[in-house]
Amino acid sequence: MDHLVYIAASGAGETMLAQAVNTHNLANASSVGFRADLISAQSALLSGEQMGSRVYSGMHNSGVDFREGVINSTGRDLDVAINGKGWIVVMAPDGSEGFSRRGDLHIDEFGQLIDGAGQQIMGNSGPIALPPYSSIAIGADGTVSIVPLGEDPNTLAAIDRIKLVNPDTMQMNKGAGGVIQMVSGEEVAADANVTLLSGSLESSNVDSVGAMVRMIELSRQFEHHIKIMKVAEQLDQASTQLMSLS
Amino acid sequence: MNQALWIAKTGLDAQQTKMSNIANNLANAGTTGFKSSRAIFADLLYQNVRQVGAQSSQDTELPSGLMLGTGVRTVATEKLFTQGNIQKTDNQLDMAIQGRGFFQILLPDGTEAYTRDGTFQMSEQGELVTSGGFLMQPAITIPENVLSVTIGGDGTVSVRLPGSSAISQIGNVQLADFVNPAGLQAVGDNLFVESSASGSAQSGNPGLNGLGVVLQGHVESSNVNVVEELVNMIETQRAYEMNSRAISTTDQMLQYVANNL
Repeated sequence: MDHLVYIAASGAGETMLAQAVNTHNLANASSVGFRADLISAQSALLSGEQMGSRVYSGMHNSGVDFREGVINSTGRDLDVAINGKGWIVVMAPDGSEGFSRRGDLHIDEFGQLIDGAGQQIMGNSGPIALPPYSSIAIGADGTVSIVPLGEDPNTLAAIDRIKLVNPDTMQMNKGAGGVIQMVSGEEVAADANVTLLSGSLESSNVDSVGAMVRMIELSRQFEHHIKIMKVAEQLDQASTQLMSLS
Repeated sequence: MNQALWIAKTGLDAQQTKMSNIANNLANAGTTGFKSSRAIFADLLYQNVRQVGAQSSQDTELPSGLMLGTGVRTVATEKLFTQGNIQKTDNQLDMAIQGRGFFQILLPDGTEAYTRDGTFQMSEQGELVTSGGFLMQPAITIPENVLSVTIGGDGTVSVRLPGSSAISQIGNVQLADFVNPAGLQAVGDNLFVESSASGSAQSGNPGLNGLGVVLQGHVESSNVNVVEELVNMIETQRAYEMNSRAISTTDQMLQYVANNL
């Protein structure tokens, strides 16, 4: 049996993986602050003494789509969107710094500021925890100020400042658990130029029309691979027939 | 079976949840004291198909790996406690809260519930009850044959009795507040109950310590923004269609294999 069929099968399998990534992006078309995954194929030449036609393909993440999503106004005090470039620092599952553009903030039962996915929001000195308050406001520079419970509305207290950063996106990628992190793993210094818009949320940046087109493209590409497998089968049949004649 | 099918299924589930939530908001657009809710989504776990940075030989590493996302999950549906519009009704037992706080209600099982719905009525004993018949806490009993009932911004309830020109104070409406109102559990009938996420109720007189003031003769309408919900509905429908298209495309791919090999 010729290797042709194996190469085509590898192509079909990898196309299916690319389709899964594309479907994942589409499924997250309404996850707040979601960044789409990009995927691309890499060729892997099998070198040896045969003709140089044994090139398998392998799918690899080629990073994350860092384009900005659309900002929608919601009017809720704890919804924030980043105005322009920049990131909110959150605590990744492994305890290191993660970066997110998800601004649907909440207070958990321990008074800690978390986002909609349950990640802790980091201030300039560790996770932000709030004492009981009667009202809360998040300023454009990330300052979280509250009126402590039982106090006069004039006694506004600044508790912490949400750590906002703006590292080079070329150095960032999705780490374990899908949280965006620095490839080098190092911490990033806060950037005072990043500003927040209170009462708004940034939507997912999935380009749904683009993803639909990609879906059609991948599906046709998949059919081509299957077609080649069919041709391989026919070639095989033809050679078997040739043998039976003699 | 194929991952893409299951991933698209999580997308359909999420949009379905979002749609039910929008339908609930729209259905309650005319419910007094109703707070709209929204569904929150996050991406599911990533599956590590090819480890990035693995050794491709003794001295070289793979420059990129393959992490396969597995779809979307609904994390929560969250109530939005923004202020609803205050409507004037002129009914003397209607109350609206302008600002933070909830009316405290005694449920038949002895536990407390909280509501923003101020359409109070009188029971046959003269007690202030919700439209569901549950007692307001602290209980306020209005004497028989009163000429007028006045509820002040700070919650003071005073009445004028027949044959007397003096106004007598008969009680005080108190409000309860929570550290995290979004953590309250909605139980229907416009009522909320305390949960571990909301913190415990802190009751006090209206207008003090950050609590809102009570407006007599007004009710708070629902805070559902109908236009926003309709736009959300269109977006949800399209996202649903795209995810269902992803299922049919993946299905066609598999069908092609089955038919051609």
